[in-house]
Amino acid sequence: MTQLINWFSQVLAVSLFNFRSLPMRAGSSAAAAVGIAGVVAVLVGFLSIAEGFRKAVISSGADDIALVLRSGADSEMSSGLDRDDVRVIADAPGVARQLDGPLASAELFVIIDLPKRSTHTSANVPLRGVEKAAISVRGNLKVIQGRAFEPGKNEVMVGAGAARAFSGLDLGRKIRVGQNDWDVVGIFTAGGGLAESEIWTDAAVLQPAYNRGSSFQSVYAKLSSAGAFTAFKDSLTADPRLKVKVLRQSEYLAEQSTSVTGFIRSIGVFIAALMALGALFGALNTMYSAVSARTREIATLRALGFGAGPVVVSVMFESLGLALMGGAFGAVGAYFAFNGFQASTMNWQTFSQVAFAFTVTPSLLINAIVWAAIIGLLGGLFPAMRAARLPIAAALRET
Amino acid sequence: MSQSNEILVRVRDADKVFRRGSEEIHVLSGLNLEVPKGEFLALMGPSGSGKSTLLNLIGGLDRATRGTVEIGGERIDSMSDRQLAGWRARHIGLVFQFYNLLPVLTAERNVELPLLLTHLSKGERRQHVEAALKVVNLSHRARHYPRTLSGGEQQRTGIARAIVTDPTLLLCDEPTGDLDRKSGDEILSLLQALNREQGKTIIMVTHDPHASARATRTVHLDKGQLVTEPAP
Repeated sequence: MTQLINWFSQVLAVSLFNFRSLPMRAGSSAAAAVGIAGVVAVLVGFLSIAEGFRKAVISSGADDIALVLRSGADSEMSSGLDRDDVRVIADAPGVARQLDGPLASAELFVIIDLPKRSTHTSANVPLRGVEKAAISVRGNLKVIQGRAFEPGKNEVMVGAGAARAFSGLDLGRKIRVGQNDWDVVGIFTAGGGLAESEIWTDAAVLQPAYNRGSSFQSVYAKLSSAGAFTAFKDSLTADPRLKVKVLRQSEYLAEQSTSVTGFIRSIGVFIAALMALGALFGALNTMYSAVSARTREIATLRALGFGAGPVVVSVMFESLGLALMGGAFGAVGAYFAFNGFQASTMNWQTFSQVAFAFTVTPSLLINAIVWAAIIGLLGGLFPAMRAARLPIAAALRET
Repeated sequence: MSQSNEILVRVRDADKVFRRGSEEIHVLSGLNLEVPKGEFLALMGPSGSGKSTLLNLIGGLDRATRGTVEIGGERIDSMSDRQLAGWRARHIGLVFQFYNLLPVLTAERNVELPLLLTHLSKGERRQHVEAALKVVNLSHRARHYPRTLSGGEQQRTGIARAIVTDPTLLLCDEPTGDLDRKSGDEILSLLQALNREQGKTIIMVTHDPHASARATRTVHLDKGQLVTEPAP
């Protein structure tokens, strides 16, 4: 025990000398720290895109909202349900009810082209035809400007994210859908969720505009509780009249975000890994120089009786300290640069643009700091070993 | 205090061979040396004669290729690196030609360094540091950094660091080699006082006959062998 305390006090003492001598090596130390800050900033930047996208896609997903698609459909785009299916689904057990009927909305999902505000190039925007129960089914939908569309009219209300990202979606403007012009009568929010990237209108008006007859693509049903899902699902999948797939909205949205978030994360990690390699060499170089510049000091400490172990650990501490300083700098910088930055990108599973805000979360920052720490430790390891292996007698005479 | 008959340092048949590529350089060849406790021994010899190498073997800073080194009855040649580090901290005080002070620490913090390896409390360490600085007459410069001290003052700081743990043996490698005559004389007087008044056993490597004259005995090395070693 006493030996251990002695060992730690040696580590502390040598580490203290190392840190106190940092100003003498300010240039190379700062360069290594900045390299690591860059890695962290890029990693945080990319992961915040993936996180923001994921959050936008799944944040509106609730466990007590069920989504019914045709069996085998991957998304609403590839699904199709007819009027009879919709009636059976709305009457299934577990669906919450209001005075005027079940809380279920049969919906259409089509894609229209609109120019992006940022690039003026056209991009896909989802246009959703809904029934009047849709707002009650979603629960978190709030009209913040104008009003909701009126059933039976060529009117749309626009999600706040879509209104920000695309031109022509301001309140009072008209958009061209099929052969007709549609009035933008309202802007809504949906708790930052995916619906904010959509344009909503009356399904009954959208069906003839797109020659869909009486068919729909999905049914959104508000359940009496999250626990009612199993009964609801079992009743529909066991019904011989239906060939449907039943999902919780939360599951569906999580599934819809996986390929995009996975792709963005992969790119982020790949680029950060390349940069990390560069930063690692920077840290190695810095620490080799630090050890080389202090060869005589290290040898003096060893000659006085300081052990090789404490010297190794102290050099690694210094490297780790520099890396963590760089990492913290990069993380704070990335937070202020990226967090809340508004953007939109294509969700390949729905072929539509999703508006989202870059989201820097605490776990993401911790993740990036762990990267910095690994770079620091690896960067310090070999120089530390060199320091420990210095032949004391020869190193004492180094100038 | 005079020297006793007790042998503190005993080097037996020590060889030291350095390898440079395929070439072998014999720095010490079958060297034998005994140093009684309380002696102030000067090791003299031309460059490359092996005197610093011998000092390093005695200080446990290097290992003999063959032979034994016994200090205070302990065989240090068979100790592990870790054991040697602990042994040096307890028994050896080192004084270097170029002082080897840590530039980021004040004189008193430099002197305190070896005490960090002991179990003394902060207060006890302070007392030891003050006492050591007083011995070398440097109390008034305790809070100065090495760069603001003269060469002589830096070497006195180095000596304070060497004696602060009250080691068994002081090893000085050309302690006046980087100093002017006046400062060198001060350092030699200090070493002499430590030997005479505190009974410190000192082994000093030097080129300078003026320095060796202060020692109680001088031995000469040439080509890795003792040329003369009058009986202790």
